[in-house]
Amino acid sequence: MRVPYESVIGLEVHCQLETRSKLFSPCPLEIGAAPNTRTDAYTWGLPGTLPVLNRAAVDAAIALALATGCTVHRRSRFARKHYFYPDLPKGYQITQADEPYATAGHVEIPGFTTAEGDPWRVRLQRIHLEEDAGKNVHAGRRSGVDYNRAGAPLVEIVSEPDLRTAEQAAAYMRELRTLVRALGISQANMEEGTLRCDANVSLRPVGTETLGVRCEIKNVNSFRFLARAIEAEIRRQTDMLGHGETITRCTLGYDHEHDRLFVMRSKEDAADYRYMPDPDLPPLHIDDAWVDAVRERLPELPAARRDRWRGLGVAADDAAALAAERDLADYFDGVLRTAGESRARRAAGWVLTELLGRLAGAPIAACPVTPAMLGELVVLVEDGTVSGRSAKDVLALCWAGEGSPAAIVEARGLRQVSDTGPIDALVAEVLAEHPRQLEALRAGKTNLEGFFVGQIMKRSRGQANPKLVAERLALAIAAGTVGEEGA
Amino acid sequence: MGDALTELDARELSDAVRRGETSATAIVQAHHRAMDRGADLHAWLCRTDDAALAHAARIDDARDRGGPLGRLAGVPIGLKDLFVTRGIPTTAGSRILSGWIPPYQGEHARRVDDADMVLLGKLSLDEFAMGSSNENVVGEPVRNPWARDRVAGGSSGGAAAAVAAGMIPVALGSDTGGSIRQPAACCGVVGLKPTYGRVTRSGMIAFASSLDQAGPITRSVRDAAAVLEILAGRSDGDSTCVDAPVPDFVAACERGAKGLRIGVHRRSLDADGLDDDVRARFLEALALLCDRGATLVDIELPHAALGIATYYVLCAAEAASNLARYDGVRYGARVAAASVEASIEASRSAGFGPEVRRRILLGTFVLRAESYEAYYGRAARVRRLVADDHAQAFAHCDVIATPTAPQPAFRLGERNADPLAMYLGDIFTVGANLAGLPAISIPCGFTRPDRTPRLPIGLQLVGPAWREDAVLAAAAAHEDGSAWHRERPPIAADETSPASEPST
Repeated sequence: MRVPYESVIGLEVHCQLETRSKLFSPCPLEIGAAPNTRTDAYTWGLPGTLPVLNRAAVDAAIALALATGCTVHRRSRFARKHYFYPDLPKGYQITQADEPYATAGHVEIPGFTTAEGDPWRVRLQRIHLEEDAGKNVHAGRRSGVDYNRAGAPLVEIVSEPDLRTAEQAAAYMRELRTLVRALGISQANMEEGTLRCDANVSLRPVGTETLGVRCEIKNVNSFRFLARAIEAEIRRQTDMLGHGETITRCTLGYDHEHDRLFVMRSKEDAADYRYMPDPDLPPLHIDDAWVDAVRERLPELPAARRDRWRGLGVAADDAAALAAERDLADYFDGVLRTAGESRARRAAGWVLTELLGRLAGAPIAACPVTPAMLGELVVLVEDGTVSGRSAKDVLALCWAGEGSPAAIVEARGLRQVSDTGPIDALVAEVLAEHPRQLEALRAGKTNLEGFFVGQIMKRSRGQANPKLVAERLALAIAAGTVGEEGA
Repeated sequence: MGDALTELDARELSDAVRRGETSATAIVQAHHRAMDRGADLHAWLCRTDDAALAHAARIDDARDRGGPLGRLAGVPIGLKDLFVTRGIPTTAGSRILSGWIPPYQGEHARRVDDADMVLLGKLSLDEFAMGSSNENVVGEPVRNPWARDRVAGGSSGGAAAAVAAGMIPVALGSDTGGSIRQPAACCGVVGLKPTYGRVTRSGMIAFASSLDQAGPITRSVRDAAAVLEILAGRSDGDSTCVDAPVPDFVAACERGAKGLRIGVHRRSLDADGLDDDVRARFLEALALLCDRGATLVDIELPHAALGIATYYVLCAAEAASNLARYDGVRYGARVAAASVEASIEASRSAGFGPEVRRRILLGTFVLRAESYEAYYGRAARVRRLVADDHAQAFAHCDVIATPTAPQPAFRLGERNADPLAMYLGDIFTVGANLAGLPAISIPCGFTRPDRTPRLPIGLQLVGPAWREDAVLAAAAAHEDGSAWHRERPPIAADETSPASEPST
């Protein structure tokens, strides 16, 4: 028997900002470089080094705050969070504690709505800036530390406990990824660790408001594992409550190989980080001019893009898929510029099905077909110049560098045949060649119509207008029947 | 010219080099001999003799070729071993940094090098600048050149002793709660702590970041002014270093005392433990300045009595934090152990001396979540009150005068068992650090003749923020009317002073 509990989930998301240098030193930042080759005296925490704030990181952080409707504070402070760990060069992390630069924003998750049908809105408690630690690397019995990542700029995005299911949590993460990529401030790649997530999960009886005791799942490194880890934790807590056990606050790790959670720390050994204001850094002052300058450079945000496209008739799922990656979204808008907004729905299909199919996971930047070319093709299909079947061939040729779709259609004679004369000739030819099927059709096997259309289209090398073929075929069959009866 | 070269001050030496009256090489050699003679002072942790001679030769060469010469070309300098020097061991006086050779050049070292000053080595200090006696050391404590059984003061004790003993005309020290001024007073030399943010902290090993300032120790006020001009100004490596114009501090030394309003906090002179000679020399110094045109103004500093407690809470908290990086993982001394955690613990336990450990423990305690408000939070608020007190006082005066230290140099070992007594010696100096103000200590005489040994006494002058010019003007006016700064300690290495009566 199950007690009706609902799960309450809040996420703390770390996102590495893609700046040229680190948060507090001019040391270059590069993911995937050989260990300890992107370091400087500050990164190593050498005596006598001091932090100097990278303004580009603050630009990126402000952009995120604006995009999530946060209040950007004119004055915020950096604090030191102390703990000993080999990957932490100074013995403390510079972060923002009780004075973050941004608070009180929200993110809407596409695909989820409230009972009233409103978009599902996750409130953000705060966003703050902090520096990353290095990374412990284990190879057999030897361990080392790679400090390339140490000092990298991070934003930590703390949500309110506004998520109710694992799917919502994963969708929220995806939306954050979409957003920071659209802003161009992060690669936000979970596998590479430029997007990371801790999930706080608790249960409470349905209909109550008080939050239950929460457990924190640390550092899950994919959307799929995040959802599975949350589900596992909901199961664990449900079982415990079902058995009358009390849930105690703890920090958990997720073992994805066994789909199992393990306790990393219980509340008793909760660390005291001994926060203090960082005396090396004056308060961060962000004035209106700074915020305005960032606002002016903001791109159209994914949510706005999705709304615009849906207004043009693009299906919600398609709009979400197109907006998911900034490059793809930009590409699609490029297609629309040539194809015209009235053809948005069909253009979306071409981009999502044909183009992404051909790309097979490669980045859109690798696509040899320009948005203008694809837009041109969409126009050719829509106005009947080429058949849908031929258009796929045109796309293949265009992909192979044969030129623009219009030029290919002309050069290869792929223009759709919409004259009745040549089509009637083909109809007669095909009917004559298949007397048995014709007889069966006339005997009532109407599904053979498709067979004849196929044969005729094949003979036209795809250029015949299929709608016209069907019409003329029906006419010819009817005529024939009439003729036979008359004989 | 022989070892008379060690009698000249920095500007005289560089002028002599520029005019060709002597060479940088001769100057360096003369000072090397003084270092040899004074080896028993234990002022130096590291000598860079060969590099210094090579540097001097380059300067002489440049001069001979008519090339450009830096501001204080050929002037020997020593750096407190808290300043990072590329390729030269930098230890902060701590075992935990033994063997560390910095791979980068600190800004102070670079700036004095740009001025063509010649680095003679690194000077002893209390470990991580924590101490007032230069006894918190790995090797031998620094001895006072005026009396070898006395402390040189601290934490820049090696710097003050070396300047007093004629081994160098200029040293760089650091001052967190008096660590430039108090040893300067103990050794009878000039020590200047600039306004917080006037001089970069980049390249100076941190003790307490919100209080630390680098500054010169010299034998004359004008030398201190000249060196400050070299050190001061915008720094790309320190966000707390202010990009303010650097005035002509040497010129400010010529202003005289006419019209100077000197604030005096009478109540602090009644405090227990203020040495009679210190009080007497202080009043004489005020009289001298008044003779030269200054007037005295009584001021109130209502929160002065809270200064020591406030200072020790804040500096311990910041020290505990700043010293967290010394874990033996990336550099410095590492004690191997079964686990990383055990190694970090063992390295820190073995690497830090008792006073440093005491302050780390204290600082860790006050930063705990449950004691933060009661200690750190409260201390930070009192600090603002101390700063406000000073700001109000400066509405009525140009500088505030106090004795630098309540006592002349005390005996080695005398306060080792009583850290509180040691801390109370900072009573006059911590205010300038808490309020971020410029302050100087200058020689203002000696203990009375019937007391032995004869020990120097310092006068402190504190100015409003960014008004080093006012401090230097007042100090130079006093110097121009006295000869105390020309007094030199006895050279003889084996001359230990006879047992003297306890100071009262």
